[in-house]
Amino acid sequence: MSGISRRRFLAASVAGCAATTLAGPRKVLASATFTGYPDGMGVLVDLTRCVGCRSCEAACNKEQKLPAPDRPFDDMSVFDETFHGGKQKRRPDENAYTVVNRYNPENAAPVYRKVQCNHCNEPACLSSCFVNAYTKTEEGAVVYNSKVCVGCRTCMVACPFHVPAYSYSSALDPVIKKCIFCYDTRLKKGLPPACVDICPQEALTFGKRKDLIKIGHQRIETHPGRYVDHLYGEKELGGTSWMYLAPVAFDQVGFDPNPGNEPIISHVKDFLSTVPMVLAIWPAMFTGFHLLAKKQKGDDDHEHDAEKQHGDEGGEQ
Amino acid sequence: MSAKQTLTTLIMALVLIAMGSVVAAADMPDQVSLDTMVKYFDSVEFDHAMHTELGEDCSACHHHTTGTGTSDERCISCHAESEAVADVSCRSCHVAARFSADQINIVSSNVYLYHIDKPGLKAAYHWSCVSCHEQMDGPTGCQDCHARTPEGDALYREDVSGSPIAEATEH
Repeated sequence: MSGISRRRFLAASVAGCAATTLAGPRKVLASATFTGYPDGMGVLVDLTRCVGCRSCEAACNKEQKLPAPDRPFDDMSVFDETFHGGKQKRRPDENAYTVVNRYNPENAAPVYRKVQCNHCNEPACLSSCFVNAYTKTEEGAVVYNSKVCVGCRTCMVACPFHVPAYSYSSALDPVIKKCIFCYDTRLKKGLPPACVDICPQEALTFGKRKDLIKIGHQRIETHPGRYVDHLYGEKELGGTSWMYLAPVAFDQVGFDPNPGNEPIISHVKDFLSTVPMVLAIWPAMFTGFHLLAKKQKGDDDHEHDAEKQHGDEGGEQ
Repeated sequence: MSAKQTLTTLIMALVLIAMGSVVAAADMPDQVSLDTMVKYFDSVEFDHAMHTELGEDCSACHHHTTGTGTSDERCISCHAESEAVADVSCRSCHVAARFSADQINIVSSNVYLYHIDKPGLKAAYHWSCVSCHEQMDGPTGCQDCHARTPEGDALYREDVSGSPIAEATEH
């Protein structure tokens, strides 16, 4: 305890804390205002056009070389399948990166909704991944490197859309599985994903995200009464590459009606900014406490040693 | 001009008129092959002649490009005076590869373009055909119009034998 006085140590600790607290949020704020790559691609999903043919599921299965389904893709009885006491409809899993569900809104015709990764501008999965397995590519896809995935499943908890699935069936190398926007085989080459390609109704419109926003609003304007006046995903959670138009309120077709416009990282940035502080300052601070404590009781050390010796002798008797 | 010359001219004129109507009839196909999904589904041999006899105006399908023109308010602000165009086939406006890089760049680069959302050929067919068939009790099932190819059967996994789910199955 000769190199540093108690006063200097405490002063440095306080200064360090203050510096981290003040500097932290400013840095993170910059990352939470990212609104997507300028030429990032996206898909506009028009729920008024989908007829529930499940062709997108079939095309996805083939393109991504997924295992055989339990039932053929033209079996429409899957729309009756529910989970968890009838509340939960089908969800994407390790064998199906996309599923179509049917909803029966009040006083309206059935509405079909395709579920898959929405490829957020600021993905919560990416923010939460501590091995950096996720990447938001400039084409707009949120992809992941399964070679570095350690299977911690944090992204499954972080995703506001409950999209990433886990290969529970793999005993030796379980990893995360989800829609990658056909990045490797199509998007990278400027091609639309397989689901868009096969859709007979053009319920899925592929294009630059910024153009899809214009197209979405044009559809709402030119078809009064056909849509609710909202383009879901334009602003939600910092914006998503996949966006939706619906004929009824979004909560009637399984969407979280108000997830907020802040990306998930905004909710955790205050906490995350304290992590470096804890990692950098706590070791120094507690080492300081330890050394101070040690110095204070320095004179008693011999007494302790003596007591210990006595104890040992007692044990031998 | 002798009587013989007059007769010849008259016959020539009649022949020309007759030829003209033959050309017009030949322009309007009796049958159109709709082949946007031939990989997985057989092409649809669309009976154009039969559909023209249903008595609908041509513009019911061809918008403002032929027939009496459109009455849609959104369209007539620009197309009220539009004349019939030379090529009225669906594919002359609705491109098969709607989502090709070229098409996406046309939308992206032209800020004055109004038709930024023109449906592709496959969607144009399905919307036109199915919406009308629903009203007129025409066929609306996928394979009512186009049978699936063996490759289509493979895509939809006809090989798996899971039985349909009983109504409202819970897990």
